[in-house]
Amino acid sequence: MIIINDLSIRLGHFKLHQVNMTIEKSQYGVLMGKTGCGKTTVLEAICGLRRVASGSIHLGGRDVTNLKPAERGIGFVPQEGAIFTTMSVRKNIGFALSVRKWKRQAIYERVDEIAEAVGVTHLLDRKPHGLSGGERQRIALARALAFKPDILCLDEPLSALDYDTRNDMCSLLKKIVQETGVTTLHITHNRNEAIKLADQIFIFQDGAIHQTSRQSLIPKQQETALDDI
Amino acid sequence: MNHPTNNIANHGEPENNPAISTELKHGKAYRVKSDMPFFTAFGLTSALYVLAIVAMIGAGIIKIEYQDFVNALSDQNIQYAIRLSLITCTITAILSVIVSVPIGYLMSRYQFPGSFLIDSVLDIPIILPPLVIGLSLLILFGLPIGGTESDPFTIDDAFRYLSNLILGRDLGIVFQIPAVILAQFLVACAFAVRTMRATYDQISRRHEDVALTLGCSHGQAFWRVVFPQSWRGVMTAFTLSWARALGEFGPILVFAGSVRMRTEVLPVSVFLELGIGNVKGALAVSLIMVAVAVLVLVVVRMFGGKTFESQRGAV
Repeated sequence: MIIINDLSIRLGHFKLHQVNMTIEKSQYGVLMGKTGCGKTTVLEAICGLRRVASGSIHLGGRDVTNLKPAERGIGFVPQEGAIFTTMSVRKNIGFALSVRKWKRQAIYERVDEIAEAVGVTHLLDRKPHGLSGGERQRIALARALAFKPDILCLDEPLSALDYDTRNDMCSLLKKIVQETGVTTLHITHNRNEAIKLADQIFIFQDGAIHQTSRQSLIPKQQETALDDI
Repeated sequence: MNHPTNNIANHGEPENNPAISTELKHGKAYRVKSDMPFFTAFGLTSALYVLAIVAMIGAGIIKIEYQDFVNALSDQNIQYAIRLSLITCTITAILSVIVSVPIGYLMSRYQFPGSFLIDSVLDIPIILPPLVIGLSLLILFGLPIGGTESDPFTIDDAFRYLSNLILGRDLGIVFQIPAVILAQFLVACAFAVRTMRATYDQISRRHEDVALTLGCSHGQAFWRVVFPQSWRGVMTAFTLSWARALGEFGPILVFAGSVRMRTEVLPVSVFLELGIGNVKGALAVSLIMVAVAVLVLVVVRMFGGKTFESQRGAV
């Protein structure tokens, strides 16, 4: 469960004032909004990557407002994947486990398991150079989920992908999130993604987050579908 | 009356709007001017400068004979200068990397009150005349920190005292080998800092962010993720500071002196050989330095050219 309570953030001239949002346990929350409205800033605050001026963030019943990112138990998939370039795909996926000093055999088995779940087993011994956008995002997802986090934060993970790859990734995300029961916050511009994936949809507008129904997005679906191709 | 957006629907072809018309005004095909003058001017200017560099080095090569090299290389003083240059440059380059990695990283990642000022301070060794650096160092190490007015205890004395205490040997800084290294380091490190800062600017901060959420402290994120990605930048910083240290002369002359078989590095050799009228000797030493500098440049290009390729491909 993700609860943001009266969250205020200051970033130079940019300000977020008393933002609220609640994503229920094991639900897939999608946050939408215009570019520059502060969606990513909220996600970064949840991950512990942004200093919070006031308010609180609760994850799974824990107040994490002042905890370090490492202590929050969040799997984070950024827009561009941010695959570690000097490591093999296997080491990328097992990174969180090696930081936690898991035994080598245990890391090996867990990496195999999660790589199979996201369909990147054939890439495990490769270096990231030359991987496609879709492959990168699958690896970033596997890396984020490898240590079995309670929360998954996705920052426009599908925005750089072509239409078909994006559809594949949508199906994969839905399947993985259902199987793991991880509470998810997904940021996107794309209505179709929201309609396909979300249990809860939030719109960031005029400095506040409003929850909306999936139904309210559907009439505009055809229009956006054309934009997306 | 037609609404502009309905033109196509209403008539099947756009209305002749003068603002967006593709029809040519005078019915003539538009012709672009020749590119020849542009490329001739730019090409000639570039060629002149490249020619000046090549001619400068070429003149030295034409003037010198093989025997001059043999004479120079068999001179004990020059041999000592080569050895001292290689050792001091390597120590300077290592120190520069050790110092430039944290500075480059912090300056690249964090904005804080006064960071602009620190940024400017970091450029001082680059813009300051070399002789001024030597003079400033000389004054700094001569500053009294105790003793009496007639017999002051200077910073240099403090180093002597400490080295006596720890190593049992009286090792000062001024006019000694450490002065050579310090003079080289102060200038060379500024170049290494610029290189490392550019390197960390090129590495997306998102890599660290992800590492932090995956369980790393800032230190772990740096050493496990960021530093390995910056190794080409580190190599470039090392070679650049090494090359810069090799050519350093002004501050060494003032701060370390030009004592043969003690603080004589290769640029000092050129100066001393010229001083005694041995132009061919000075030329031989100069060409040895040119050869080393070219070698270093090639290495820098090899690393520098590919510095950010792997990172770019991975983002």
